[in-house]
Amino acid sequence: MARKITIEPVTRVEGHGKVTIQLDPQNNVLDSRFHIVEFRGFERFVQGRPYWEAPVLVQRLCGICPVSHHLAAAKAMDVIVGVGPDGLTPTAEKMRRLMHYGQMFQSHALHFFHLVSPDLLFGVDADPAIRNVIGVAMKFPDLAVQGVMMRKFGQEIIRVTAGKKIHGTGAIPGGINKNLSVQERDEFLKGADPMNIKKMIEWAQAAVNLFKDYHKKNKDFIDSFAAFPSNHLSLVRKDGALDLYHGVLRAVDADGKKILNDVDYQDYLKYVGEEVRSWSYMKFPYLKSLGKKDGWYRVGPLARLNTADFIPTPLAQKEFEEFKAYTNGKPNNMSMHMHWARLIELLHSAEMIEQLLNDPDLQGDKLVAKGTKVKEGVGLIEAPRGTLFHHYRINDNDQIEMANLIVSTTNNNEPMNRAVNWVAVNQISGKKEITEGMLNAVEVAIRAYDPCLSCATHAIGKMPLEVTLVDAEGNVVDQKRK
Amino acid sequence: MSTINFTIDGKACKAKPGQTIVEAAKDNGIYIPTLCHFEGLKPAGTCRICTVKVGGRNMAACTTPVTEGMVVENKTADLEDYRKAIIEMLFVEGNHMCPTCEKSGNCELQALGYRYMMMAPRFPFLFPRRTLDASLPKIVIERNRCVQCLRCVRGITTADGKRIFGVVNRGGHVEITVDKDLAASMTDEMAQKAMDLCPVGAILKKEVGFAIPIGKRKFDSKPIGSEIEKA
Repeated sequence: MARKITIEPVTRVEGHGKVTIQLDPQNNVLDSRFHIVEFRGFERFVQGRPYWEAPVLVQRLCGICPVSHHLAAAKAMDVIVGVGPDGLTPTAEKMRRLMHYGQMFQSHALHFFHLVSPDLLFGVDADPAIRNVIGVAMKFPDLAVQGVMMRKFGQEIIRVTAGKKIHGTGAIPGGINKNLSVQERDEFLKGADPMNIKKMIEWAQAAVNLFKDYHKKNKDFIDSFAAFPSNHLSLVRKDGALDLYHGVLRAVDADGKKILNDVDYQDYLKYVGEEVRSWSYMKFPYLKSLGKKDGWYRVGPLARLNTADFIPTPLAQKEFEEFKAYTNGKPNNMSMHMHWARLIELLHSAEMIEQLLNDPDLQGDKLVAKGTKVKEGVGLIEAPRGTLFHHYRINDNDQIEMANLIVSTTNNNEPMNRAVNWVAVNQISGKKEITEGMLNAVEVAIRAYDPCLSCATHAIGKMPLEVTLVDAEGNVVDQKRK
Repeated sequence: MSTINFTIDGKACKAKPGQTIVEAAKDNGIYIPTLCHFEGLKPAGTCRICTVKVGGRNMAACTTPVTEGMVVENKTADLEDYRKAIIEMLFVEGNHMCPTCEKSGNCELQALGYRYMMMAPRFPFLFPRRTLDASLPKIVIERNRCVQCLRCVRGITTADGKRIFGVVNRGGHVEITVDKDLAASMTDEMAQKAMDLCPVGAILKKEVGFAIPIGKRKFDSKPIGSEIEKA
């Protein structure tokens, strides 16, 4: 009897999605899909709103990395108010950067410690009753505390730059609404252990080492699981450095050849298209030069380390060199290495926070720049999960009349579907019995991409797995839910 | 003229002749919540949040002058519940999205919602279809958030005394409108004054938003009424 396996919702990811796997009577995989079942609609209901509201309004897309949306929209509005990406005052740009690296730090820490570590510490097929963040807290309390405190540190950085830990108002068109007081700065530079930047750098380095140790012991799994060649896209600084706040668009193919050569993202529509498929609310972006079939690409930590030439902070650069050496300088196409790349970025973010905190420009009082208004603007940023596109057009009355958002996770839609399919074909297809561990493997592949599916809700805890047996006519024969 | 003696909730208070209950209460360190009232503007009594009981009757404290020997009930359970109900009704009959409103933290309606611990709506949302007028050069009129307090109608005039804002329609369809020609001549200062005068986020100065950081907004550290109430 043919049957369909449904994993709904996928757990330990941000938001709600489901996976369906179609099997023939011999349990051979016929098809697999990763569906995004939520609909947001922000592009529509931002229409008609005054443009200066956008950075605060659209960040409500997400409760995990609202700063990304806040800043991407603010960057687009910088263009609209005629300041452009390079016209911000040093205080404004550095405050925004501090906010962004604080967010990167907290988001990466959350993902690794809360969402991923249970799979690595207990095993993909461990008992789900312990394979969760509570299990980690019980068995590895020191590590769990580090995860919580690192996230808190990043959130506090966001609070002093945006006004609130979640959904602040710091970035405004053309600048920022506050600077950093010496007292606020010293909370992070001189705070009692562990809440100071030195400890955070130490812990971030330890997290990189933890992953490298795990990698040494589990080489086959980490190197082969859900590995497949792809293109990679991200912003890079004009000199090729990793830059998570601003830069030019670069894409490389699976062999490292540049297929998008440091172009200005204001023209992104020339290079990036979006395909709609009937079974998902998430679009499928692609590079126009390569077409819908071959133009898909990965974004996020792995893609960023594949496109960048170097990392401009010393400890992360050292790790970057080791990371690059592992693939002889070629792009790394191994999905599970996404964790490695993410942790190198965690370290880089901590180093950047330290650099920024020591910069006296943060105490400056020139907060907003002004220019000549234009009707259209694009803002891009490297969000924790990858390149985030915001594009707005306004009318003569200063109201937004068009908005187009390509969210990081959307860029990774095709790669995540490929990763799911890899697991379905390599670990489920043809097996006599389908275990919970195998289904978790599907989720492990998705989790590597740290998707933010709705950007607002967050499922955690018991895995509400549903398996539906369907006969050849499509009738439900049996359904089990736990 | 002599001082007028009266009581609020049994406390002996003094008033100057001609003072309203709201004004006199303030001088005596007692907060009576208001929304449509604004010092210096002629009272309109449109919102009724200041409702107090005088001689067993409900009165608007912002329009009622104090008289000798007056006995005012202010902070009774009944009155506090009426006030809370009025605030809740104002919320459900408009479209108030505090999370993305730039007046959040400076909004008197929101501040009253916090003061009265409005946790969940007890009245159904009406979700009225209201419009936003962004066609004026200096201000945006966001009618979704308007509570029809008429502060702008009373307080914003041209140099020669002409009113810029007005009211059209009746009952539940009342809305604020402007004389477009007069509004077109508004200066930046007038636009700012109109925005500051509006207790909610219905009048916004164009091209500036969220300029005051969280923590420095009017009600971030001082809840509404705390400037009047003595410990």
